[in-house]
Amino acid sequence: MNENDMPQSDWEASNKQNTVRLAWWTAAWVITMAVAVFGAQFVWKSSPWLTLAAIVVNLGVGVGMIIANRRHLKGLDEMQQKIQLEAMALSLGVGLIGGLAYSNLDVTNLIAFDAEISHLVILMALTYMVGIASGVRRYR
Amino acid sequence: MKNRLKVLRAERDWTQARLAAELEVSRQTINAIEKGKFDPSLPLAFKAARLFGLTIEDIFQDS
Repeated sequence: MNENDMPQSDWEASNKQNTVRLAWWTAAWVITMAVAVFGAQFVWKSSPWLTLAAIVVNLGVGVGMIIANRRHLKGLDEMQQKIQLEAMALSLGVGLIGGLAYSNLDVTNLIAFDAEISHLVILMALTYMVGIASGVRRYR
Repeated sequence: MKNRLKVLRAERDWTQARLAAELEVSRQTINAIEKGKFDPSLPLAFKAARLFGLTIEDIFQDS
């Protein structure tokens, strides 16, 4: 029996299911985020209650995404968890240090534009991806 | 840490994927352990020992 003929193990199947579940929660969170932001700007405009409701829904879906992410992480094997831990540590460290330095640049008017939270999110996401790629490569 | 996983696997004509499925880890993790790039936890080492019917010391040696 070669590797391609191997039936999927229970662990693999459960892992795949957790990943798919996390992807759906993440997609739902992004959509509810877009509804909260763009709905308030372009659809219902002058209704603060609708905006509040959209933000509450976004928060609720966000909690679901956190739980799905925790489940996904707990389902990984020990080496995969180590790779994730190292990538998240790098992302958190760079986000905290870089984010505060970036904020200082804004507060002290050393940069002409506003330091947006989205820039920090992009920085953390990129750092996380670099961390994952580096971890996967290290143990290859 | 050195180990005999690759030899034990070859004796049974198992692929990395097969051993990974038996131990409930990814194939990449088996590959990293065999190459000595990742040291398994004690529970995983015990699981491997049980699977091959050996002691942990028979499979893993401190290098």
